[in-house]
Amino acid sequence: MTLPKVVRGRAWKFGDNVDTDQIIPAKYAIYSLDEKELGKHAMDGVPGRETWASQVSPGDIMVGGSNFGCGSSREIAPVAIRGAGISLVIADSFARIFFRNAINMGYPILQSPQAAEAIEEGDELEVDLEEGVIRNMTKGDEYRAEAFPKFMNDLLKMGGLVPWVRKQLEERRRLAATRG
Amino acid sequence: MAPMGMTMTEKILARGAGRESVRPGDLLLAKVDFAMGHDLTIPPGRLTREFSRDMGIKWYFEVGQGGICHTVLPENGLVLPGELVVGADSHSCTYGALNNFATGIGSTDLACVLALGELWFRVPETLKFVYHNRLSEWVEAKDLILYVIGQIGVDGARSKAMEHTGEALRYIDMEARLTMTNMAIEAGAKNGIMEFDEVTKEYLEGRAKRPYKPVTSDPDAEYEKVFEFDASKVELGVAKPMSPDNYAPLSEVAGTRLDQVFIGSCTNSRITDLRRAAAVLENRKVAPGIRLIITPSSHQVAIQAEKEGLIRTFLAAGAAWTTATCGACLGGHMGVLGEGEVCLSTTNRNFPGRMGHPKAQVYLSNPAVAAASAVTGVITHPREVLAKMPVGIA
Repeated sequence: MTLPKVVRGRAWKFGDNVDTDQIIPAKYAIYSLDEKELGKHAMDGVPGRETWASQVSPGDIMVGGSNFGCGSSREIAPVAIRGAGISLVIADSFARIFFRNAINMGYPILQSPQAAEAIEEGDELEVDLEEGVIRNMTKGDEYRAEAFPKFMNDLLKMGGLVPWVRKQLEERRRLAATRG
Repeated sequence: MAPMGMTMTEKILARGAGRESVRPGDLLLAKVDFAMGHDLTIPPGRLTREFSRDMGIKWYFEVGQGGICHTVLPENGLVLPGELVVGADSHSCTYGALNNFATGIGSTDLACVLALGELWFRVPETLKFVYHNRLSEWVEAKDLILYVIGQIGVDGARSKAMEHTGEALRYIDMEARLTMTNMAIEAGAKNGIMEFDEVTKEYLEGRAKRPYKPVTSDPDAEYEKVFEFDASKVELGVAKPMSPDNYAPLSEVAGTRLDQVFIGSCTNSRITDLRRAAAVLENRKVAPGIRLIITPSSHQVAIQAEKEGLIRTFLAAGAAWTTATCGACLGGHMGVLGEGEVCLSTTNRNFPGRMGHPKAQVYLSNPAVAAASAVTGVITHPREVLAKMPVGIA
């Protein structure tokens, strides 16, 4: 799975410190690890958002506040959000394990305090993932996302950590073979 | 130019990456010394059992033999000073009390470690926390860390290292130190770490499964910020609903009516925690209309509690004593809260829905407060139930 260059969608706005147990309550992990199944319950734990997942159109964009995805290390948090049909998560800042998990899955996330503050629910967004530019078509604004280090961009581009590890293993085998 | 001094965290990451020195912000591929996964983050059951056997993984713990990872690893001497440790669980930062770099990772991360023995890391900035003087009577390490998180917020140490130091720590035993580093993640930290001292050395005697080499921070190490606290001024407290940084002194919430009290989790259910709870509950009864659930954090803790007669005390008081496991803490099983229920819990996290219904209310406290509150049915200072914590238990 490679990243699209441009993503378009409607914004769904969430607050600060949305934790992984709100994103996908632990109980759902017991029944299924299927992305689509988890997606049906995404954000169930956020008060007032109990039926959120059924309202998402594929490609919509999630916008969170600071420390988005804090709490547990369960990878089902970004998996559930992707399963709900969200194409990209933008936040003021991300909690570190959520951040790692998303990058490792090859799932695009962008950090932009400016965008997180200005965007309102329902705004139509157009995001250039390569340039890190977020255009708000509803408001006519434009925001810049923070650039990630090259290694993280490479991981995102190649589809995450699993393909990267496979490549590493191949290289190590090749090296061992030439030495042997 | 002489190389800049490094913090403990930087030194461990530098060694793992095979480099002379590292700076905050550096991205590294580093060798991992010990890695852990559990049945919510690796495939549970036969697949993992057979994988462990086929790969010669020695430390595989079945239910009834292990317990909660963050108690099992330290008590078996598997996570040691100077080491780089990762765990597919956010509370893997717990191990840092033993002078190592330990951090929580995801499942894909763990797969990478299993395949390569290495993982990518960003070197964190370090925040230093200095605790002067000693904690007052009744005030525990749990109260101190709840207070600190209350001061800096749930994102106050986001992606950074929390280095704990100072006189107060000298009087805090290893189990209570593990409670403090356990909650580093509740301030958003990458890791919590402590210095190696006599307490560490003593704890590891007869326990450490490998030789180890402690690390110290250089005198000229750079800290992003230094926080200083007078530990003697920290009051017994709780984190109020619905965030671990919602600290309040106990006096502010005393009298709050409860439905459930839970003593358990990787934060506060080691043997010393259970001893304090038992001292409060001895010859007393759980208040009518309250369910008290006590979950030891490991099978070894359960065996020790049995030997010391603590289980008899709990059962006589009318508590439910469960197998050693994660459960009520994450709304998994055995104590899931219903709508509108109020719980006092010795756990680490009280975000909405963490222990069950999103409209349940969770207060976090130390085990003595939890036990006293189970006796009265409302949030209670333990001295109202017990004149003094017996010597050797406090």
